[in-house]
Amino acid sequence: MHAEEKFTYETWPAAPEKSTLEAKNKFLGFWFFLGGETVLFASLFATYLALKDKVPNTNMPLAKDLFELPLTFVATMLLLTSSLTSVYAMYHMKNFAFSKMMVWLGITALLGAGFLGLEVYEFSHYVHEGHKFTSSAFGSAFYTLVGFHGGHVAFGLLWCITLMLRNAKRGLNLYNAPKFYVFSLYWHFIDVVWVFIFTVVYLMGMVG
Amino acid sequence: MANPQLNSGNPRVDIEYRRRKNAEEMRYQVVSFALMIFLTLIAFAAVAIKGFTSWFTVPFIILLAVVQVIFQLYYFMHMSHKGHEAPSLFLYSGVLVGAIAILAFSTIIWW
Repeated sequence: MHAEEKFTYETWPAAPEKSTLEAKNKFLGFWFFLGGETVLFASLFATYLALKDKVPNTNMPLAKDLFELPLTFVATMLLLTSSLTSVYAMYHMKNFAFSKMMVWLGITALLGAGFLGLEVYEFSHYVHEGHKFTSSAFGSAFYTLVGFHGGHVAFGLLWCITLMLRNAKRGLNLYNAPKFYVFSLYWHFIDVVWVFIFTVVYLMGMVG
Repeated sequence: MANPQLNSGNPRVDIEYRRRKNAEEMRYQVVSFALMIFLTLIAFAAVAIKGFTSWFTVPFIILLAVVQVIFQLYYFMHMSHKGHEAPSLFLYSGVLVGAIAILAFSTIIWW
């Protein structure tokens, strides 16, 4: 099986994400990258935990003054649902249903964009309350951690849209199927990081 | 739940088998999504309902997050499938180093 071969529903392999050597390498390399990302985010979490609520004077807002449950909840639901929609996209990829896969990828991108919009609104709201990147160690640690995750979401959005545009008229083959699969792994990993952010930053922040 | 290239000699049988296999896996994923939403709701509720001490709430919601992430990794990211030995090695090495970093930072700066 070579990458440019034309497939039908009948000839499509069971594991298209690992059917060529390039695909196998991509799969392995991407998981190695995710291991590195785990360390990166863990050290940002460590920094945040060490510097949480470390502000220079008592006028500055602390975690429990800033965070609000409803906004975090809506953002969490958006991102969690987008993780499921990318699972649906990969389900259709495995069944060689190109247009269905594209629809679900589109929904995934929309949900991701919604999440990002909420985060922009949230950050601007915090800045008005005096919680800025340079105002305290707490601010720096918070915006670095949450902003880095938001940056990953923004990158994922660009990635998803680029993949969809680039392959819009190409259909599924063994050249692009691993690309879609690796994107879905990335998107799930973003959700994994968010689960810890909403727990450690927002929920633990509100507990005190 | 491995998904290998199958060969029964009859392509029609193979396709039917794979289609069912994929549908079955999708069902598992929908169930794990429902559980993830459920765990999220419990975590938010545990914080929204005042009256628990933080000594209970904090370890409790961290536990819920860990369980949810296991669902995400093993079902959504297919780590329950065969051929994920190297990914597991990479990921758990990352988790180990990350855990040491978090332990070090949260014990060194405590005042």
